[in-house]
Amino acid sequence: MNRLGELERAIMDVLWDSTEPLTVRQVGLRLANRDLAHTTVMTVLDRLAKKGFARRQRDGRAWRYQAAADREAYVTELMLHALDQTGDRSAALASFARRVSDSEAQVLRSALESLGEIPRD
Amino acid sequence: MFPPVLVLAAVAVGIVPGAAILASARWPYRSPAAAILLWQALGLSWGLAAVGALAGLGAVPGRYGVAGGALSGASRALRDAAVGFGAGAVGAAARLAVLAASAALLALLCWVLVAASATVIVARRRHRALLSLLAHGDPKVPGALVVDHPVAAAYCVPGLRSQIVISAGTLNLLDQAELAAVLAHERAHVRARHDLVLLPFCALTRAFPRARLVRRARATVALLVEMLADDQALRQRPARELATALLRVGASGAGQAPSGALAAADDEMVARVTRLLTPQAHLSVPTQVLICSAAAVLVAVPVTLLLFSP
Repeated sequence: MNRLGELERAIMDVLWDSTEPLTVRQVGLRLANRDLAHTTVMTVLDRLAKKGFARRQRDGRAWRYQAAADREAYVTELMLHALDQTGDRSAALASFARRVSDSEAQVLRSALESLGEIPRD
Repeated sequence: MFPPVLVLAAVAVGIVPGAAILASARWPYRSPAAAILLWQALGLSWGLAAVGALAGLGAVPGRYGVAGGALSGASRALRDAAVGFGAGAVGAAARLAVLAASAALLALLCWVLVAASATVIVARRRHRALLSLLAHGDPKVPGALVVDHPVAAAYCVPGLRSQIVISAGTLNLLDQAELAAVLAHERAHVRARHDLVLLPFCALTRAFPRARLVRRARATVALLVEMLADDQALRQRPARELATALLRVGASGAGQAPSGALAAADDEMVARVTRLLTPQAHLSVPTQVLICSAAAVLVAVPVTLLLFSP
């Protein structure tokens, strides 16, 4: 991963771990071991806000940032897209296997057993 | 010699039952690559022939094929229409109408290809952005990204920088050998850019969302692409590992997808597993050459008529 992507990720982790909106300075302090310039943190937060991952609000003279949605919501979005729950297989992603109906899953499990394998799920 | 417009119309009409037959045929499972080539040729040939047949109706004979004739036809019709009313104007209007229909069909086919590509690019960009924030590596699946979610999923995000993604659920479900088989399958997709093979058919379903044959064609090509990747994986891994991986991922978390998608998924999974566990010989080389030649002729006929026939 490139440095910018890695920074975005670290800063999102800070926002996700925080219960309240954070100023640029607070975010920088929580990444103190990285020794980041104030402007770098500001630029990355700005990028995250433009991409819709972070939301910012005015607090006096400073901006406060928070994650637009929690981590689980984004994981869910990722997986919904990956599992193609719309039923209309798009060409955007290529899945290894498609989910089957309950009755067919039973058939697949017995096929596994007939191979001498134990279904694990 | 038949007039070009009749040949083009015959090709466009004849491809429809041809595609239906190919969608039901089982020989493509024995040589998915040759069958995919034939499907591409059918799609391209149909588009060219349908546009060309309409253009041919409004064309005047000339040196530069139906395409040139259509341009001359358009300019002559515009001139006739400008001259005035009467029998000539009616003919000119009819000529302009079929030429406009031809241009509209051509524009539609180009537009859906652009629109389908754009949709895919936007969806992948969003997916990559999320992956860069959420996914991490894991020594069990070198080169792949892992997403912490209990449901089993394994897929690739094709592109210039393709990514293979495995969910934590899959890591728990499959053993090391099965994971290697899954990775080999996905790497085949990534290497050969199989998504580009499927794109024209996704575009066609946009152009004709109600045409069942178009949806069937897309589903068939999608299945053939999976079989092609299965075959590539078999060069590195035993069939049994791939088959048990498919069975486990397919059977896990069943009932989560909407019912409409399931019937097709059932048939696909059964076809792939059966093919892995009871393999059939590939089609002979002469047969494959024959199929590729048929694909070449399918495209060459409308191209020749459009550009060179009188």
